[in-house]
Amino acid sequence: MIEAIISQIRTLWTVFLHSFSRPETVQYPEQMPYLAPRYRGRIILTRDPDGVERCVACNLCAVACPVDCIALQKTEDEDGRWYPEFFRINFSRCIMCGFCEEACPTYAIQLTPDFEMCEYDRQNMVYEKEHLLIDGPGKYPDYSFYRVAGKTIGGKDKGEAENEAPPVDVKSLLP
Amino acid sequence: MRDELFIYVIIFSTLFGTITYAAVLVWFERRLLGFWQDRHGPNRVGPFGIGLAFADILKLLSKEDWVPPFSDKFIFIFAPTTVMIAMLMGFAVVPFAPGIYIADLNIALLFFLGMTSLAVYSVLLGGLASRNKYALLGGLRSAAQMVSYEVFMGLSVMGVVMLSGSFSLVDIVNAQQDLWFVVSQFLGFFVFLIAGIAETHRLPFDLPEAEHELVAGFHTEYSGMKFGMFMLGEYLGVILISSIMTTIFFGGWLGPDFLPPIFWFALKTFILICFFVLLRAAIPRPRYDQLMSLGWKVMLPLTLINLMATGGILLWLETLS
Repeated sequence: MIEAIISQIRTLWTVFLHSFSRPETVQYPEQMPYLAPRYRGRIILTRDPDGVERCVACNLCAVACPVDCIALQKTEDEDGRWYPEFFRINFSRCIMCGFCEEACPTYAIQLTPDFEMCEYDRQNMVYEKEHLLIDGPGKYPDYSFYRVAGKTIGGKDKGEAENEAPPVDVKSLLP
Repeated sequence: MRDELFIYVIIFSTLFGTITYAAVLVWFERRLLGFWQDRHGPNRVGPFGIGLAFADILKLLSKEDWVPPFSDKFIFIFAPTTVMIAMLMGFAVVPFAPGIYIADLNIALLFFLGMTSLAVYSVLLGGLASRNKYALLGGLRSAAQMVSYEVFMGLSVMGVVMLSGSFSLVDIVNAQQDLWFVVSQFLGFFVFLIAGIAETHRLPFDLPEAEHELVAGFHTEYSGMKFGMFMLGEYLGVILISSIMTTIFFGGWLGPDFLPPIFWFALKTFILICFFVLLRAAIPRPRYDQLMSLGWKVMLPLTLINLMATGGILLWLETLS
């Protein structure tokens, strides 16, 4: 009984000491909270260092998405590069889980530390490619998928990518 | 000095002052809880967020005042008024400063105990008239709580009455010129504090409300201003208990001369109200059988021992002189 009362009094004292500690919360609209660089917020599509969009329309993000908020359509340009004809993210469904970013083989889709995406009209929550695309490379400034990938595109043949050996001619008898 | 007009002025300012204070206290409590929980609390509306008190009132006044068709209508409406009236009546005997009080009854302390006990009916009847199982459980708990604390609440202040030789609160304050009764009657103060918390149904003894288990307890079915009156009654109760505690244990208006007596009274009451909020921030709620066993097995014996010791010492001092 005495122990219980002492424990209660100690609780009171501990809580009282909190009058002298600073609030943990921030005054949000005036004072922005710190968001880590890897914070999972608004989704963007990045470009490679040459300024061409990274997305190769492989659909892995759309498959990985647990709420099916990503829709895209593959198309090709004259060089043979794949790119999305349209790329649409419905942010009213998106749960910012970051699975699309993990699934993306080309670092094209990335999540950013920005969460202020409120809209008065629900239709405005659907972002098209022009809303998603940014001009820079995002978190991976030097990475360019077509420069390291083995796929042939206009201006780059088999074996010409970085760290890639020329292809072996399997029909040749030479060692 | 105490002509009729003066009394009317005091009555009006007490009514207006306490109700406003109670309304502001709703905001103040949330702000203070915020500080103790390391956050800011409501600070948006007006300076320091004080406008929230008025926003709350406006909201309560403009809400639909719904009387459930299955309820016992008369009692349902009657219950919330009881707590307000009883608590406001309690203020009639509080001496705020020398000369500034509504009535200096010679049974002021008993009057206060009676009024606060009447406030329990509000909770009981509200729970009963709602015809709602949660409300009924809340009312039931309130009844259980009442039978456990009312006894020692009354007895705990009897030591003070013995020392001052009067039930009049003005006399009790005047008897504390040399020493506050919180020193000589510490046990009585401790017991009265616990009883006071239980009386106002504040955390940690808000068993009738217990929003974690009983939705909102006795006022589950209440909305609009009827709910507001329960709320106001609760906060009025906090102010009333704090002012009575100030009066009978902390020397009322007594204090150094450089400030007016009413200021000392207000300051002490304010500190006690802050302590009530601190209790809410820190202490978890007991089960109601635990509260009952605490009341009957610990608090009542403590009070009786305190009474016996006080009486014995008084008699001993008498034989000495």
